[in-house]
Amino acid sequence: MSESDIQPREGCPVHDWATDYDVMDPGYIVDPAPVWRELRDRCPIAHTTRWGGSWLPTKYDDVREMARAAPTLSNRAPGVIPPAPEMREMLIAEVKEFGSELPPISSDPPEHKPYKQLILPLFSPAAVESYRPFTEKLAHEMIDRFIETGRADAAVDYAQQIPPRVIAHIIGIDGRRADEFTEWVRGILELGQTDPEARLKYRRLIRGFFQEMIDERRRAPRDDAISKLLAAEVDGEPLSDYTVIGVCFLLLVAGIDTTWSSIGSALWHFATHAEDRRRMYAEPELFPTAIEELLRFYSPVVMARRVLDPIDFGDAHMVPGDKVLMNFPAANRDPDVFDRPDEVVLDRARNRHVAFGVGIHRCAGSNLARMEMDATLRVWFERIADFELIEPERVRWTGGQVRGPRIVPMRVVAA
Amino acid sequence: MRICVDPEKCEGHNRCFSLAPELFEVDELGLSRALNGGVVPAGLEAKADLAIANCPEFAISIADED
Repeated sequence: MSESDIQPREGCPVHDWATDYDVMDPGYIVDPAPVWRELRDRCPIAHTTRWGGSWLPTKYDDVREMARAAPTLSNRAPGVIPPAPEMREMLIAEVKEFGSELPPISSDPPEHKPYKQLILPLFSPAAVESYRPFTEKLAHEMIDRFIETGRADAAVDYAQQIPPRVIAHIIGIDGRRADEFTEWVRGILELGQTDPEARLKYRRLIRGFFQEMIDERRRAPRDDAISKLLAAEVDGEPLSDYTVIGVCFLLLVAGIDTTWSSIGSALWHFATHAEDRRRMYAEPELFPTAIEELLRFYSPVVMARRVLDPIDFGDAHMVPGDKVLMNFPAANRDPDVFDRPDEVVLDRARNRHVAFGVGIHRCAGSNLARMEMDATLRVWFERIADFELIEPERVRWTGGQVRGPRIVPMRVVAA
Repeated sequence: MRICVDPEKCEGHNRCFSLAPELFEVDELGLSRALNGGVVPAGLEAKADLAIANCPEFAISIADED
């Protein structure tokens, strides 16, 4: 398939999901599960020429096998929606000059491992627990802002407020700038998916911002992630500014809309499922399994791989240049692996979900995401005696790379 | 009951540690090891089963009794 296939049929209704799926289809974004069910029975690895063309696996075993097929399935371009041709050329030129853009997520073995090992200690269980008090304090502050009014947008007023401030705190960014870079991240990840100018503009803003921070930390290091990266070495060499910016950029974008999507989906779920909501109030000991189950059911993230050598999966014959979407959300609804896959079972015991991916590119920040979900949901259930969705017609979901609710109006009752 | 973590399969998801911290320890890269030589203290068998059934890399198993 050629890049020239990208634009023409966007927005046209899909007649055959097996050969012409559209990950940006409004109905698919709101509820993709019916499409996955149909595809698993009929054509478990679907194909499309939309958005630059891609393959879409829907079975757990296929997704796992593909995720582990690095570097034949390469991570050099993990974006679900490809950049516009001009930006693509710019990125290719940059990679030639400076190396991988967002290491380790855009790196393949053997370069991948040292960068992954560089960031993993930032997100060990012990490290993320040290960020819990900060996270809980933020959660209380956000609830203080709306609790008296009896209403809240669980996405805008709560879920979206916390992850940007936590990851900023970890990287070493001034928390007062949280609103600003939340806008940048939305600009690049939501708007930027389909608006090439926004994608470039916000990329430039974020990279420029980190360049300034690097210059400051070189003069006066602090106890934060950016200073640690500047002091680190890979293969005996310090990291270039380009690479440090890339790693920080990755931490910022990977740590924000993913986690707020999970928190938002969880609150949307409890606001619309009274029985599960009552059960969480009555049995708080369910939090650990409930969080894994919500991660399974509402898995927010799809990553892309690029085929480097011809490879077959079932009837799908992939050739170099093809894109493959790591459809972790669909894998997590596979009835061959999960009992009652399309139900949320808060105490589900068998749950090998792959919401954080699988294999060498598994999410480095999963402990942080889990802690943020745990802390924000516990504080929510503690401070709010009951809540429910109001104005369901106003609810909005976004999708593509990261799926989650962006508007969730609620009535809330103070505890 | 005795359990073991296959270091070749473990990718450091930390799911076992998160669900059964009494039974596992993880290093700063996330790689997991069964505590107490893998011997599961009485009463924690259900937690061991939970950890086994939640590992996305199929890295945890019940060790053969010697």
